[in-house]
Amino acid sequence: MLELTPKKVSDRSTLRINPIKTCQPVGAMYAALGVHQCMPHSHGSQGCCSFHRMFLTRHFKDPAIASSSSFTEGASVFGGGSNLKTAIKNIFDIYDPEIIAVHTTCLSETIGDDLNGYIQDAKVPEGKLVVHTNTPSYVGSHITGYYNMISGFIKYLSMATGEKNGKLALFPGFVNPGDMREMKRLMKLMGTEFIMLPDTSGVLDAPMTGTYTMYPKGGTTIPDIRDLGNCEMTLGLGELTSEFPADFLEKKCKVPYKTLPLPIGVENTDAFIMALNQFSKNEVPYEIEEERGQLMDILLDSHQYTHNKTVAIFGDPDTVLGMAQIALEMGMIPKYMVTGTPGAAFDRKAAALLEKFGVEGCTAKQAGDLFELHQWIKNDPVDLLIGGTHGKQVARAEDIPLVRVGFPIIDRYVHSYMPIVGYKGAIRLAELILNALMDRQDRDCEDEDLEMVM
Amino acid sequence: MDSRDKVLDKYSSKIYKNRKEHVIEIDGGEPQVIAADTRAIPGIMTNRGCCYAGCKGVVIGPLKDVVNIVHGPIGCAYYTWGTRRNKAKGDENTKDFTQYSFSTDMQETDIVFGGEKKLRQAIKEAVEIFNPECIMISSTCPVGLIGDDIHAIAAEAEKQYGIKVLAFSCEGYKGVSQSGGHHIANNGLMKYIIGTGDAEPVKYSVNLLGEYNIGGDGWEVERILKRIGYHVVSVMTGDGSYDHMKNAHTADLNLVQCHRSINYIAEMMKTKYGMDWIKVNFIGLESIKKSLMDIATYFGDPELLARTEAVIAEELDEIEEGMAYYKSKLDGKKAAVYVGGSRTHHYINLLKYLGVDVVLAGYEFGHRDDYEGRDVIPSIKIDADSKNIESITVTKDEANYKTFHSPEKLEALKAAGVPLEKYDGLWSDISEGAIITDDFNHFETEEFLKLLKPDIFFSGIKDKFIVQKSGVPSRQLHSYDYSGPYAGFRGALNFAKDITMATYTPVWNMVQAPWKSEPTLVGSLGGME
Repeated sequence: MLELTPKKVSDRSTLRINPIKTCQPVGAMYAALGVHQCMPHSHGSQGCCSFHRMFLTRHFKDPAIASSSSFTEGASVFGGGSNLKTAIKNIFDIYDPEIIAVHTTCLSETIGDDLNGYIQDAKVPEGKLVVHTNTPSYVGSHITGYYNMISGFIKYLSMATGEKNGKLALFPGFVNPGDMREMKRLMKLMGTEFIMLPDTSGVLDAPMTGTYTMYPKGGTTIPDIRDLGNCEMTLGLGELTSEFPADFLEKKCKVPYKTLPLPIGVENTDAFIMALNQFSKNEVPYEIEEERGQLMDILLDSHQYTHNKTVAIFGDPDTVLGMAQIALEMGMIPKYMVTGTPGAAFDRKAAALLEKFGVEGCTAKQAGDLFELHQWIKNDPVDLLIGGTHGKQVARAEDIPLVRVGFPIIDRYVHSYMPIVGYKGAIRLAELILNALMDRQDRDCEDEDLEMVM
Repeated sequence: MDSRDKVLDKYSSKIYKNRKEHVIEIDGGEPQVIAADTRAIPGIMTNRGCCYAGCKGVVIGPLKDVVNIVHGPIGCAYYTWGTRRNKAKGDENTKDFTQYSFSTDMQETDIVFGGEKKLRQAIKEAVEIFNPECIMISSTCPVGLIGDDIHAIAAEAEKQYGIKVLAFSCEGYKGVSQSGGHHIANNGLMKYIIGTGDAEPVKYSVNLLGEYNIGGDGWEVERILKRIGYHVVSVMTGDGSYDHMKNAHTADLNLVQCHRSINYIAEMMKTKYGMDWIKVNFIGLESIKKSLMDIATYFGDPELLARTEAVIAEELDEIEEGMAYYKSKLDGKKAAVYVGGSRTHHYINLLKYLGVDVVLAGYEFGHRDDYEGRDVIPSIKIDADSKNIESITVTKDEANYKTFHSPEKLEALKAAGVPLEKYDGLWSDISEGAIITDDFNHFETEEFLKLLKPDIFFSGIKDKFIVQKSGVPSRQLHSYDYSGPYAGFRGALNFAKDITMATYTPVWNMVQAPWKSEPTLVGSLGGME
C-alpha cells in the first residue's frame, strides 16, 4: 500500500497528492440540503453535480438531490444564462421545491456568468424563491463553499424588521446531521430559543418508511431564515467555518456575534454550554451536568490507555482543532494536525492550543495533503490516526489504527447519525479512541501478556 | 393510457417534445428508433456525468503505471480518487499509481494568469518523486476556457524527461455526457501509445477492450481465458498498463466488452493493424459460453475448441448447484436496469437465466447503436455537440499490418454467427413490453417505479437510496455495492447471491411499524358497560 511514497520529504510546491480538501460547490450543496424543501442547483456542466451528489450520498448513505444547468460547449462560450432560466422553470415545474439554491462552479465563474442578473430575469412562480452564491472551485475548499452558501441564504432572505425575536442564531459548522441533532438537543435542554442554519438532520438521516419523499421533514425553514435577521445574537460554532456567515449577518442585520470552537471535547462543550447559559439566563439542567460528569468519569477511568499516545489528525480545519482539543484532554499528543483547507488561522489556533496544554514538538499545517502527512509519519510514527476515509491507505501502509471522524467517511455506516459534539459526543469519541488503542494492544501483545481485565 | 404516456404526460409541452423520443415501449414489431446521445435538459436531474469523468474517470484513470495529473481546481481529481473500483495490482516491474490522486490544485491566480507554469512544475515534481514511464494530463473545465496549451507542455515534457507524456483536452463541458470523454481518451491512446512497443507476437493472443476490472471482473475473465490457452496482451483499461498497451498491436484479436466506451479503438485498430474485433459479453452464463465459443471458432484450432468446451463444462459444474438454488429464489421477479452505455444489455441474459424479467431499462450515455445495433451507425445524425468531439482517422500501418484470416474466411465466420465488427445492441435481448428510457432522470425513475413496480432495481449510487427508501431493493451495477466480481461463471454466482440477499434481507419484513397496521388504543366506548 502506497509503496511509491518515498520517506524523504522533497521540495514540492505545486503537485497536490492525495488531498485533504475538495472544491467549494460540494460544500454549498451540503448547506443547501439543510434548508427545508430546497433544491440545490449546480450552475455548470453536469459532471460537477453528479460528482457532488455521488460524494454526499456515499458519505451519508442517503439520497442527495440536486439539479444542474448542464452546460455544453455552446453555453461555455455564450454564457449560461439561458441554461439557468430553463433550469429554473423545469425545476419548479417538475420537482416543485419552495426554493432553489444556486451555486456556481469553476466553469461558470471563469466565464464570468452574472448570477444576480440571470436570477432577476428568471421567471419564478409566485411565492417561490431562487437564491445564489458564488463558489469558484479554485478558491478555498468545500468549507468555503459551505459558508458561502449559508451567507447566500442570508443575503437574499434574512431581514431585520426592527422587532427582535429573542432567539439565538446558530451556525453549526461543517458537521453531520447527528451533530446538528445533538446541538439542538443541548439548546433545548438549556431552554434556548434558536434558529439553526443549515440543519441537515431529518434530511440526510431521514427515516426509511417505505415511501420516498424528495423533501423530507428536516431542514431550516424559509420563515426561519428570514427571521435570522431578528435574532438577539449569533453563535458561530467552528470559528474557521462560521465566522464568515456570522459576520455577514451582523453586517446585514446588525445581529452581534460570537464564535466558538466546535463543541468537541470537554472545554469546547463547556464553552458552548456557558454561552447558552449566558444567552438564555437559564441554569444548566441536571441532565447536562450528569452527562458531563459521566464524561469526566470515563476519561479518568481510562486515562492510562491514552496518556502520551501520539496521534495524527487530518480533515477539515475546525474538526481537526476540535479533535486535537479532546486528544489533549485525554493526555494524548497531537503530533501532526493537517487540514487541506487553506488559511493561516488554522496554524495560529493549533499553536495556541498546544501552548494552552504545554505540549511541544507538534506540527500543524494548513493547505497540506495526505502524501506529506504520510511522509512525516514514515519518519516519525504515531500511535493513532484520526480523520476521514482517505486515511485508510496510510493506516494500512504504516499499520496504525484509524479512528474515523469528520468528512468524508465513505467506507463506514452509522457515523453520520452519531454526534462527536457535546458531552455525549465526547463520550462516543472516547469509546472510539479507546477501542482502537486497546484492540491494538490485544492484537499485538504476546500470549502471556493478554489481559483479561483492562 | 399506458405507463409510458402516463409518465410523459406529466411534463410540460416543451419537455414532452424532447423526452418522448427518448422513452419508448418495446412493441416486438419493426426495430424501433430511440433518440440518444443528445443534450440533457437543464434542470432535469439527469444521472449523467461529464467528459472529464468519461476520459480520466473511466478510460485512462485505471492505467496503473501512469501518473494521471488532473490539471484544474482540486475537486475533479478528488472525486475520481479510488471511487470507481477499477482494481489494480502493481508488482516489481509495474508501478501502481491508482492509490494516488494527482492534481495541480489550481488557484485563482492561475485562472487569471494561466496555469501553464504550474502544470510544468507539477510534471517536474512528479518525475522527480516517482520517476514514472508515462504521465497523462487531463484538463478540467477552466483549463479549456483560459487556453492553457496542455498539448505543447506534454510534448515539451516528453522531450525534456525522455518519458511518454500525453495530454487530454477533456473539459467537462464538451459533448453531452461521459461518452465524449471516452472518445477523446480512445483517440489519445490510439495516437500515442498503441503500437509503440516492440514485443514479440504470441500465439493465440487477444486484447480485452472495455473491461475496467470493476470488483475484479477483468481478473476473472483473464483467469478463464488463460485456462483455455489464450495470451492476454493488454486489458483496456482495468488493471491495464501503459507498458502492456504499447504492445496491443501484436495481438491477434480484439475482444470488446464495453462497446460504448472503447469501440473507437477496436475500429481504428482494424484499419491500422488489420486486427479483427468481436463483441463479447462475459456477464451471464449463456453470454460467456457464446463469447468463449466465438473466440475459439475465430481461431479455429480444434484443440482450442475442445479445451474451451472442457473449461466451460468444468466452470459450469462448479456453480450449477448454487445457480439453481438462487434461481428458485428469484424466478418470476421483475427488474429495472439503468446503467452506463453498455452494461444494461450485459446483464439482461444473466437476469433472464435467473428467471428475472427486465421491465424497465435504459442507458445514461448510450448512443443509438448501443440500443439498436451498429447497423444504424450510418444513419445517425451528428449534431453540433458531437461534432465538438474530435474523430480521428487512422491509416494502414504497413510495418505492423497483418490479417489473421482471408476476407472469405471472415465472411464464413460471420455467417457462422461470430460477431465480427458486429453488435446488435440492447434490442436484441430486451423483452417485448419493456419500457426503455434513454438518459433516464430522477423524475422518470420515480414515476416508472410506482407504475411498473419492479422487485429489484439496478442503477448507481445517486438512485440507490431513493429507490430503497421507496421500498424496492436496489443494487449498484457501477460499483457492485463493493462486491464482485460479477463477470465469468463464478461472477454470475456472486451476482445471484447478492441480489437474493438484497431481496430477502430480513429488514424488508420490518419496515412497517406495528402501530401503523394494528390498533394501538384498546378500550371501551363510553357508556357501553
